[in-house]
Amino acid sequence: MSERAIIEVARGAGGGAPVASLRGARSRTAKEAAIGGLLFAAGAVSILTTVGIIAVLVWESLAFFRRVSVAEFLTGTVWTPLFVPQHFGVLPLLMGSVLVSIIAAGIAIPLGLGSAIYLSEFAPERLRRFLKPVLEILAGVPSVVYGYFALTFVTPLLQPLVPGLQLFNALSAGIVVGIMVLPLIASLSEDAMNAVPRGLRQGAYALGATKFEVATRVVTPAALSGIVASFILAISRAIGETMAVVLAAGMTPNLTLDVRESIQTLTAYIVQVSLGDTPFGSIEYQSIFAVGLLLFAVTLGMNVFGRWFLKRYREEYA
Amino acid sequence: MSVERHSLEAPPELVARRRRGKVFQYLCLSATLVGVVTLVVLLADVLIDGVAWLTPTFFTEFPSRIPARAGIKSALYGTVWLMGLCALISFPLGVAAAVWLEEYAKKGWLQTVIQTNIANLAGVPSIVYGILGLAVFVRWMVPFTGGRSVISGALTISLLVLPILIIASQEAIRAVPGSIREASYGLGATKWQTVRHHVLPNAMPGILTGTILALSRAIGETAPLIMIGALTFIAFVPDGPRDQFTVLSIQIYNWASRPQPEFQHLAAAAIIVLLMLLLSMNALAIWLRNRHHREW
Amino acid sequence: MPTIRVSANGEAALETRDVRVRYGNNEAIKGITMEIPRKRVVALIGPSGCGKSTLLRCFNRMNDLVPSAAVTGEVLFHGENLYADHVDPVEVRRRIGMVFQKPNPFPKSIYDNVAFGPRLYGRPPDLDDIVERSLRQAALWDEVKDRMNDNALGLSGGQQQRLCIARALAVTPEILLMDEPASALDPIASAKIEELIQQLVEHYTIVIVTHNMQQAARVSHYTAYLYIGELIEYDDTNTIFTAPHEKHTEDYVTGRFG
Repeated sequence: MSERAIIEVARGAGGGAPVASLRGARSRTAKEAAIGGLLFAAGAVSILTTVGIIAVLVWESLAFFRRVSVAEFLTGTVWTPLFVPQHFGVLPLLMGSVLVSIIAAGIAIPLGLGSAIYLSEFAPERLRRFLKPVLEILAGVPSVVYGYFALTFVTPLLQPLVPGLQLFNALSAGIVVGIMVLPLIASLSEDAMNAVPRGLRQGAYALGATKFEVATRVVTPAALSGIVASFILAISRAIGETMAVVLAAGMTPNLTLDVRESIQTLTAYIVQVSLGDTPFGSIEYQSIFAVGLLLFAVTLGMNVFGRWFLKRYREEYA
Repeated sequence: MSVERHSLEAPPELVARRRRGKVFQYLCLSATLVGVVTLVVLLADVLIDGVAWLTPTFFTEFPSRIPARAGIKSALYGTVWLMGLCALISFPLGVAAAVWLEEYAKKGWLQTVIQTNIANLAGVPSIVYGILGLAVFVRWMVPFTGGRSVISGALTISLLVLPILIIASQEAIRAVPGSIREASYGLGATKWQTVRHHVLPNAMPGILTGTILALSRAIGETAPLIMIGALTFIAFVPDGPRDQFTVLSIQIYNWASRPQPEFQHLAAAAIIVLLMLLLSMNALAIWLRNRHHREW
Repeated sequence: MPTIRVSANGEAALETRDVRVRYGNNEAIKGITMEIPRKRVVALIGPSGCGKSTLLRCFNRMNDLVPSAAVTGEVLFHGENLYADHVDPVEVRRRIGMVFQKPNPFPKSIYDNVAFGPRLYGRPPDLDDIVERSLRQAALWDEVKDRMNDNALGLSGGQQQRLCIARALAVTPEILLMDEPASALDPIASAKIEELIQQLVEHYTIVIVTHNMQQAARVSHYTAYLYIGELIEYDDTNTIFTAPHEKHTEDYVTGRFG
C-alpha cells in the first residue's frame, strides 16, 4: 500500500496536488476491490449453474419419486408414461442409450484411434494440416444435421444390406453418433501420443524398430491412459447425444438388443415429452427430471472418471 | 562374400515387418479418410436434396403447411435474435470469469473448485441445460423472461456455451507474456489497469476467436431449445426478447421429422443455410486467428 | 594438421569418408574422415555445438529421423556404406546400438524393456536367457533379478541407464554408440557406467560422446577433438591429453576455453 502511495505522491507532484492524489489512491483501491468482486461473481456463475442443475433435477425428481418408487424406476422393464396403464421402468430407455453408445463406440474407437495414430505418427505435415480442420468441421456439424443424414441417407443405404432394418433404428443412429464423437477421440488421443517423450521413440528406433513398431509398441502403450480417457469422454458424449437419436432412432421404448428396431434413449424421451403440451407438475413432466437426473449422473460420473484418467497419465511424464 | 557386402540390406523378416507396417499405415489412413469421406458425402447429400429449394422466397416466407410456400423467415430472425442475445450475455460473463481465474484468483481450493466445475460443465449433455432452462428461466423467472421466450432461450444457450468461452479466453489470456504485465505494474498501474489496458487488448483476438467458436456451437443447438419450448410453427418474427421464437435448427428438426419428401427437401435447404452460417463463422474465426497471430 | 589414421587393431569397425551433415543451410559436420578401430573405446570431445552428437548419429543413421538433416559422404561398416541405397536403416540400427544422454527406459517392466528388441524379430525361445545375459553384461542383473516385473521407471537414474545399455545389448550389436551416457547421473552412478564401458569393450566397439574430459581420458583408447563441425585432431587418448599436436586441442583439453 505504501509503495502505491509513494507512486501516487510522485505522480501527483507532477500535477501539483500530492494530498488529493493520496485520497485518490484510496478510492482507487475501493474501485479495484469492486472490480475484483464483479469478476469473481462472473466466475461464480459456473458454480450457480451446477448448483442450479443439481437442485432442479433433484427437486423435481423427489416429487416424481413420491409417486414412483426408486426401485420401480431403476429396475422396471416397461416404460409407458404417456398412456395408461402408466409404467415407469427406465431400463428400456437406459438400454436404448447403451445400445446407441455401444454402436457409436464400435465405430468411433477404431476409426478415432486409427486417425490419431495416423495423424501423430505417419501423416506428412501438409496432409496433417488438411486433415485436422476437416475433423474439426466434422465435430462442428450440428447434431440435428447428423440426424437428417442418418434418416435420409444412412438408413436407406443400409436397408438393402441389413434385412429387417426399420425406418427408425438404433443402428443408423449409433453410426452417425459414432461419426460425431470420432473427432473427439482422434484429437484427445493424438494429444496423448504427442505428449509421449521423444526420447522413448528414439530409444525404440535405436533398437532397430520400424515406424510401425514404434507406433504400436511404444507410443500407443505409453499414451494408453490418455487414449482410454478419450474413449470414456466420447462414450459419455454419445450417451448425452440427443437430436441425431431423436430423428433416427425413433421414439419407441424398447428393451432390446436388436439394432434394427426402433428404440428410445434417455435423451429422446426428454425431447418427446417437451414436444407435447405436458402440464407443469404432472407426473409426465416430473418424469423428465428423473430421467434427466439419471442421464446427468451417468455422464458426470464418466466425465469425472475420464478426466481423472487423463490427469493421472499427464503426471506420468511430468 | 556378396552376403557380407550386402549384409545391411533388409533381411526377409525385416521386409515382412516393413510390409506389415505399410498395411497398418494404410489402415490408419483409411480410418482417417472415413471421417473425410463422411463429411463430403454428408455435404453432397444435403446439397443434392436441398439446393433446388433455395429460392428467394425460401428466405422471405414463414413456415407453411404447403411445402412450396414454406420459408425460414421466422427461423432466421429467431436465430439472429438468439445469437445476438447469447453473445451479449455470454461474452462479458465468460471474459470476466476467465480474467478472474487467470489474473485475480489466488491458487487454492476456490480456484480449483471453479476450474474443475467449468471443465465438468463442458461435458454436461446439452439437453440437461434444457431442463435447467425450462425449470429456471421458463417457469421460475417467468415474470422477467415471459416464459417460452427468446430471452429464456438465450440465457439457456449462454450457460451452455459459457464453459467453452471461458476455457478459450483463459488460454488467450495465458498466452499474453508475463513481461507485459510486469512492465505495466512497473509503471505503477493497478491490477485492473494492467488487465484492461495491456492483458485484454493483447488477448482479444484469441478471445474473439473462442467466442465465435462458442457461438457456432450455439447456432446448431436444438435439444435445449425444444426443451424450453421454442415453437416450430411461428408465423411472425420476434419484436423483443420476451417474444416467442423459433430457430433454424428447430425448423430443420420439424421438417426432417415429417414423412413427406417435400418437407425433407425443405429441411435440407435449411441445413444448407445453417451450414453456410456455421462455415462463415468458422472462416471468420480462422481469419481472426491468422490476422492477429503473434509469436511472443 | 590432417587427421591421424588409427589402424593399429587391423580392421576398422567404422570408417567415415568426407561425411557432411547439413540442417537446411547450416552445415553441422564439414567433411570428416576417420576410422574407428575394433573393440576399442573412441571418445568424441569438443565444446557444445561442435557436432559431436551429430557425428555420432551418422553412425547408426539416427539423423534420418530429423527431416531437415541431409548427410553426404560415406560411413563404411564392414566395407559397406551405411548410406548406400540398398541399406535399410532399421537393420543398421540393430547392428549398431545407441545409448542416450537421458536414460529413456520404456514405461514397461524391467523384463519387457530388455526383451523389447529381441521381440521385434519374433518370439525367441531363449528370451529369458537373452534378458539375463544382457542384464549381466550391463552389471544390473544382481540388482534387478528379483523384480523383473517391476516398472522400469521405478529404478534409480543410474540403474535406468544401465537398463538402457542392457536393452541395447539384447539385440547383439557390434558397435555401441553412447551419447553422453553419464552426464545426467550422479558421480557414483557415473563411475559405474565408466567401469561398465571398460568391461564391454572386450566384446564391443564403443564410441562415446562426452563433454567430461576426465571421463574421456579415463575410458577411451582414442580421442577425437571436434570444433565447429571439423575434426581438429584424432589420436591416442594419451597423446591428445598430454602432447596434442594442435594448439587448438591443447587449449581445449587444458580448459583454456570451451
